[in-house]
Amino acid sequence: MKALRFLLPLGIFVVLVGFLYVGLFRDPREVPSPLVDKPAPAFRLAQLDDPAKKLGPEDLKGQVWLLNVWASWCVSCRVEHPLLVDLARTNVVPVIGLNYKDTNALGRKWLADNGNPYQVSVVDADGRVGIDWGVYGVPETFVVDKQGVIRYKQIGPITQESLQKTILPLVRELQKS
Amino acid sequence: MKRLVITAGLAASLFLLAATAAAQAPTDAALEARLKALSEELRCLVCQNQTLADSTAPLAEDLRREVRELAQQGNSDAEIKQYLVARYGDFVLYKPPVKPTTWILWFGPFAFLLGGGLIWFVVLRRRRRGGGDDLGQPAAGPTGSGQEERARRLLDDAPDT
Repeated sequence: MKALRFLLPLGIFVVLVGFLYVGLFRDPREVPSPLVDKPAPAFRLAQLDDPAKKLGPEDLKGQVWLLNVWASWCVSCRVEHPLLVDLARTNVVPVIGLNYKDTNALGRKWLADNGNPYQVSVVDADGRVGIDWGVYGVPETFVVDKQGVIRYKQIGPITQESLQKTILPLVRELQKS
Repeated sequence: MKRLVITAGLAASLFLLAATAAAQAPTDAALEARLKALSEELRCLVCQNQTLADSTAPLAEDLRREVRELAQQGNSDAEIKQYLVARYGDFVLYKPPVKPTTWILWFGPFAFLLGGGLIWFVVLRRRRRGGGDDLGQPAAGPTGSGQEERARRLLDDAPDT
């Protein structure tokens, strides 16, 4: 009983320190998306290089694909862009671009300057599709499975680590099923 | 006759105009007040410690526009919140919903208060009953120790201020 008087506050303190320690390494900007494991929100948007043509998630049913939200004004998009260009060369998985709140001219110029890893980029000029997909910080990347269900969301730029350890293994697994 | 008709027509249109203006003004004010109240309960996801009402981030502007349109389409506050929660999660709400994962958040402080009160009560009762303090040491009685005598001497010796 006497030991408990000292052990109890010590125990509470240790638990508190544990929580705070874990909290140190968590990014408050990464808000878990409620859309993971839900069907991808529908859209039908004009393509960047040919606005007469439209594209939507239903066109991509039956294959695993990535949706990468990007913009020419987005600084950290430049960080992840070389990784996407490399990924596109391997032809492992089609990447669809969502050109978010951008102008077509600037978007096209940006792709011409930095390389175009996208099978198709679609234009979301007023950001409405972005809202449907719960986009709040560009760049964001979604992994969509063959049934059109979102399986993973990466907030912020893709890194070599997130690509090799999370995204690509998931893509391979989904392609097998 | 013609003039009379024109006058009557003008009067009628003026009346209609005034009537619609009068009818519109209060609903608009009510809508604005409702939108303001609503956007003060919603969190901007870009600047996370600001409400949707305060933030000037482009996304906040878009979301305010979206909320306004939903309200104009006749959606209730609860439906509008549900629309945003479906896209961004409970994090958009400044007031988190009460559900099993938030029970600690909602009831934790009261549990701590109750626990503290309970400990306080037990300690007080033990002191009153046992005479010993809560560390289990015997009460420092005046008997035999000569402490009372020493205290009096100290007090007497103290210089007057």
